[in-house]
Amino acid sequence: MSGRVLVGVKRVIDYAVKIRVKPDNSGVVTDGVKHSMNPFCEIAVEEAVKLKEKKLIKEVVAVSCGPQQSQETIRTALAMGADRGIHVEVTGKDYENLGPLQVSKILAALAKKEDAQLVILGKQAIDDDCNQTGQMTAALLDWPQGTFASEVALEADKIKVVREIDGGLETIKVNTPAVLTADLRLNTPRYATLPNIMKAKKKKIANVKPADLGVDLTSRLEVLRVEEPPQRQAGVKVETVDDLVGKLKEAGRI
Amino acid sequence: MNIFTRLSPVDLNAICCSSGQFVASTRKLHVGTDGPKSPPAAGAPERLPFSRVTEEDLAFFRKILPGRTITDPDLVESSNVDWLKSMKDFFSPAGSSEVLLRPQKTEEVSQIIRYCNSRNLAVNPQGGNTGLVGGSVPVYDEIILSTSLMNNILSFDSISGILTCQAGCVLENLSLYLEERDYIMPLDLGAKGSCQIGGNVATNAGGLRLLRYGSLHGTVLGLEVVLADGQVLDCLASLRKDNTGYDLKQLFIGSEGTLGVITAVSILCPRKPKSVNVVFLGCETYEQLLKAFQLCRGMLGEILSAFEFLDSECMRLLNTHLKLPNPISDCPFYIVIETSGSDPKHDAEKLHNFLEEAMASSLVSDGTVATEESKIKALWSMRERVTEALTHDGFTYKYDISLPLEQIYQLVIDMRQHLGGRAKSVVGYGHVGDGNLHLNITSSTKDPALLAAIEPFVYEWTASCRGSISAEHGLGLKKRNYIYYSKPSQAVGLMGNIKAMLDPKGILNPYKTLPDDVK
Repeated sequence: MSGRVLVGVKRVIDYAVKIRVKPDNSGVVTDGVKHSMNPFCEIAVEEAVKLKEKKLIKEVVAVSCGPQQSQETIRTALAMGADRGIHVEVTGKDYENLGPLQVSKILAALAKKEDAQLVILGKQAIDDDCNQTGQMTAALLDWPQGTFASEVALEADKIKVVREIDGGLETIKVNTPAVLTADLRLNTPRYATLPNIMKAKKKKIANVKPADLGVDLTSRLEVLRVEEPPQRQAGVKVETVDDLVGKLKEAGRI
Repeated sequence: MNIFTRLSPVDLNAICCSSGQFVASTRKLHVGTDGPKSPPAAGAPERLPFSRVTEEDLAFFRKILPGRTITDPDLVESSNVDWLKSMKDFFSPAGSSEVLLRPQKTEEVSQIIRYCNSRNLAVNPQGGNTGLVGGSVPVYDEIILSTSLMNNILSFDSISGILTCQAGCVLENLSLYLEERDYIMPLDLGAKGSCQIGGNVATNAGGLRLLRYGSLHGTVLGLEVVLADGQVLDCLASLRKDNTGYDLKQLFIGSEGTLGVITAVSILCPRKPKSVNVVFLGCETYEQLLKAFQLCRGMLGEILSAFEFLDSECMRLLNTHLKLPNPISDCPFYIVIETSGSDPKHDAEKLHNFLEEAMASSLVSDGTVATEESKIKALWSMRERVTEALTHDGFTYKYDISLPLEQIYQLVIDMRQHLGGRAKSVVGYGHVGDGNLHLNITSSTKDPALLAAIEPFVYEWTASCRGSISAEHGLGLKKRNYIYYSKPSQAVGLMGNIKAMLDPKGILNPYKTLPDDVK
């Protein structure tokens, strides 16, 4: 076994930011908006780094697909303890149309190329909430998958995964190599400490194009329209019980 | 920024305090001040002979404020109690107002005050009620005049950044309004979700951004104030520069509701920074912390927007009571540094150089950096929630002191030694960049013996360094009699004259701010 783990990290709009829909309803405003690593991807990186610290795996490789700025996201993973990064360059229209199908093709190709033992991803991204990439990647590789993982334990050449499911928790054992997707309670991601942030600046990020991996980026989906959820009507505050009764009568409720 | 501007002129023969050496005869060390004439009275003063509220008074109020004259004891109760819930422990019977008035317009405030003045009824103006020195709640049966319904934004000029609004606007709401227009408020404090701008101005609130944007004395451009006789003083002009006569608004800023009721504010707001970074660092000693501050000033310069500290005891309380984990390894001191600038690349480079230098010269033993909104909030909460953590630790004695930077932590060390095992926790944190220490001591229950050990030790220690016994919290009820530790009696006398001129009957927020012997 190569002892190498591939971790996918996606650059998304920071979850604390208020989302605005573009005036032409073609998408959301991303220009000048704060972006950061998808929270579930952070959990995936943390898990990979923990495995390395326990000496159960040897190398953590962080991968991101996107424009130049995706490199910042990879740097964050490096500052958390990943060893090197791979930036798959996708820009312009291709990036706008990038979805789980294309990303899983890219990750599958990289997993083979890098001879990865494990692929760990976040269970879903907070911008599209697709929850598909992990599953598709496993299918393309014909590898077993342990999704919604809240606990991961490596046991010889198998992995025990405790999954969060609707009815509670399900424990399964999968063979390696495998794809895992991280759920919220898997771990608490560490803060990148200064010494590691400094070290991360020196770690390597390789540049790769999807074409080099033989991946076709054509999307099978077309976004027709993006809209805000219906505005919740403001309530009315009244000062006295008489006012309340009056308003209810007005509204024909009593 | 010169922290000495608010202190009395230096007496060249004065002895400066040094670590551990603290002279017993402190009166000589109150540079320029005479010290208190007699031991400051603890607890509350006697009730002054104001009128009591009658049915006729209520009828008048109800005519002016239909539906907004509250007399239901359950509804008035929360306005009678301060945020720390400490006033009922301070003296008894505390806060027994029976009337809460909620005007919506300046005209209503004017009519109410004019009436109260003619009837000799005492009035307690109240904003968000987040003050920490008992200045915002009634001492006896003063009528509570709440600005909570005066929460309209009147205008905003997006070219000059001048915001004009009513006094009851909540600080956080103003921030959200401005952020959508690419501006921010010039002040920020932990109480932002509840405090109102009128109260902020009345107490000259400091907060986390003072280091960068200065105090309200500089950023407030105009005020509308209702005077004790009901007159509306319109100094609300929103001009950056206006040297036409005495600058009256400065009198009301920090007057704690005793000279007039602020009803509207116009304030100069800075642009929202495009790039904000927060750094959380660990230092082994206070000396290293000070050196890190100097390095910071030099290398980050104009992008530095906050420099705060907390000690390891604060971290312990955050871990224990709020379950907030330490973002870095355990260190004796922690610093929170914030940078705000207009160019992310430029700021990141400056920050990177500063951090490399700080680590290389071993000023800093550990740290972490945040650029993302969510992480920035998480790191700031380590500093902003210390006050909350303390409330879970027990009964808290709070001291808000200005000192020369080098002396700030020595007070914490000396207090720990002085109290021995009598206190549960003794913690230090605060706006170290502004020379402002928040010293807090907790005990499992209210302990008069502990209080006697803390006071006047803390005030005398502060006075011996020519410091301020209330850097930003104000005097309110709790600290009114300690004013002489930081101001000469001549100055206090003049304050009394001004009060007598503006409020001859003394109906505005009585018993507060000025010491008992000046009434």
